[in-house]
Amino acid sequence: MAAAPAIELDGLTRRYGERVALDGVTVSVPAGATLVVFGPNGAGKSTLLRVLATLLRPHAGAARVLGRALPGEGWAVRGHLGLLAHEPLLYGDLTARENLRFHARLHGVARGRAEALLEHVGLAARADERVHTFSRGMVQRLAVCRAVLHEPELLLLDEPRAHLDPAAAALVEPLIGAGDGRTRVVTSHDPSGGLAEADLALGLRAGRAELLRRAADVDPAEIGRLYR
Amino acid sequence: MSRAVGALLRKELQLELRAPQIVPAMALFSVSTLVVFHFALQRGQVAGDLAAGVLWVTLLFAAMLGTSRLFVADHEEGGLDAFLLAPVDRTALLVAKVAALLAFLAAVELVAVPAFAILLLGPAPSAGELARLVAVLALADAGIAVTGTLVGALAVQTRARDLLVPLLALPLLIPVVIGAAKATTPLFAEAGAGSLPLRWVAILALYDLLFGLLAYALFDFLVED
Amino acid sequence: MRYGTRLTTLSLLTAATMTAALALAFFYAPMDADQGFMQKIFYVHVPLAIVALCGFVFGGVMAIQHLRTRDPRYDLRSYVAIHLSLVLGAGVLVTGAIWAKASWGHWWVWDEPTLVSFLIIFLLYATYQPLRFSIEDPERQARYASVFAITAGAFVPLNFVAVRLAQSYTHPRVFATADGGLPPRMQVAFLVSLAAFALLFVTLWRYEMTSKHASAQLRSLRRKLTADGDRGLPARGRSAAPSLPSP
Repeated sequence: MAAAPAIELDGLTRRYGERVALDGVTVSVPAGATLVVFGPNGAGKSTLLRVLATLLRPHAGAARVLGRALPGEGWAVRGHLGLLAHEPLLYGDLTARENLRFHARLHGVARGRAEALLEHVGLAARADERVHTFSRGMVQRLAVCRAVLHEPELLLLDEPRAHLDPAAAALVEPLIGAGDGRTRVVTSHDPSGGLAEADLALGLRAGRAELLRRAADVDPAEIGRLYR
Repeated sequence: MSRAVGALLRKELQLELRAPQIVPAMALFSVSTLVVFHFALQRGQVAGDLAAGVLWVTLLFAAMLGTSRLFVADHEEGGLDAFLLAPVDRTALLVAKVAALLAFLAAVELVAVPAFAILLLGPAPSAGELARLVAVLALADAGIAVTGTLVGALAVQTRARDLLVPLLALPLLIPVVIGAAKATTPLFAEAGAGSLPLRWVAILALYDLLFGLLAYALFDFLVED
Repeated sequence: MRYGTRLTTLSLLTAATMTAALALAFFYAPMDADQGFMQKIFYVHVPLAIVALCGFVFGGVMAIQHLRTRDPRYDLRSYVAIHLSLVLGAGVLVTGAIWAKASWGHWWVWDEPTLVSFLIIFLLYATYQPLRFSIEDPERQARYASVFAITAGAFVPLNFVAVRLAQSYTHPRVFATADGGLPPRMQVAFLVSLAAFALLFVTLWRYEMTSKHASAQLRSLRRKLTADGDRGLPARGRSAAPSLPSP
């Protein structure tokens, strides 16, 4: 049974004033696949994730996420995607538990799930301490919990392993790794690592898709060329 | 949606209780302003329209402080994104913020109004007058809260946030000042209080309704991209 | 929309109507019994006020269209209308002050509710450009400016009602409404004056729209000519004025 692609972008364009952040990006990601996105800073990787997350509306071109057209049907899709961004999107003055409970209430998720996640990433012991006392690695672990709290079908991960030591990375892997039929879009600065965990690779430069191929067919050296 | 409003409001109140910034500053500012009025007006007691004026100017300027800070925590922590990602009507954020600002204003008034009565008010108000004062406060606060939320959301994304909030909000709040001052003047009259002039109460209610509708229609455009 | 067409015709028409209005005001309309010659400023002050208020409301309507269609051209129309009306508004306040001084000896009186309301509106709209200037992201700038323009536009009538109710004035209404209470010769002069200022607004609006469109086209041509996209352009500084996307 051929399922509809999880993501279909056709000529997606997003401007910032007179500058073009995304320029005619076309890509199709099948359900359950992982797309890795490479590119230098300012290439448009974060913008792409934010458009997919329905936080930014496309200025031109078509975008369909989980079968819904953006921006018109964005509201229908929000509950099914999880974003892990550069900013952790947590309130420093609230405790870890309070932060997760806030998100749980917003998403209509049972409290128990928040507790289970805290336990899983090893933050249960410090769940009642304010987030601004946490190390950056702990904040990242909590942010992962926030992103997957509502068990989304589509994960949008902006350098997910940043700030995580190998032990922490191993803890979060089952939550954000490929598996359970999740579709993922991951940005990465690590060519070999990124390609290894992906099905599809997209290379962006100055908002344009310079490279789009099956990850298995891409040589890490080609990724290096994007950065020059 | 009420679940979302509840979650958001709870978060606002938790944040303020945990790290009190807004309410103490507003309360302290009100009392300081009353002292400044004493020296600026060179009076020990005020009554009638002067009393109403002093009270409303004090409350209004304290409200400007609160409005400037209303969206700052969200803006700094990237928090609006977290809300925007949730499958929730954006109006929930508007309702929650208005309710939060209203709660902050009420908390400040618990300090400012007694301070005003003690420091500057000549005629001592009776229970009936207090009740009527509370009614006017409620209506005026609703107007200030709605306009404040709209202006706060507009200003938080700008670079000169603390300057823009009073510049935008004060002209927009003049009808509230007009209605509230005229409505409370008879309550502070020297020769015994008069009744509540309904015309001004009606103006306040009309303002609340109009700006409520405006905010409802326009708020989404301020938070969405 | 081609704003540049008919500019010459409009300018000539405006100049002609203005001259006619001035002539009528000075020579045709009778001298006011109470206030004498200074009353003639009424033929400038009131039309300016009416045109400015209509300009603000028009700015609000364009802003609604901008939010509905997300077309940046509506934002430009709104911006130009509001900023022109603000300039006219300054004229209203100045002529109002002159007339107040001549009539009552004070540069400002609180008794005329329309003038007081106008002051409040002016203070409000004076924040429009600083608001725009302080938002860097051009799309957000336009969107927030439109929200402001709509709020301010809706505020105008409410403000007038509130201030009018607040002024328990004993001073007689000095400006009888243009429709009733004015002798016919004054009415003629007034209406021509109103037409003249309305034409002035429209002409100035078109001039400014043309100028902005021309700059936008120039920038887009430059961009196309410099091979490496927008790296070849001089950086456009922060601006309160809307930028149009390349046509």
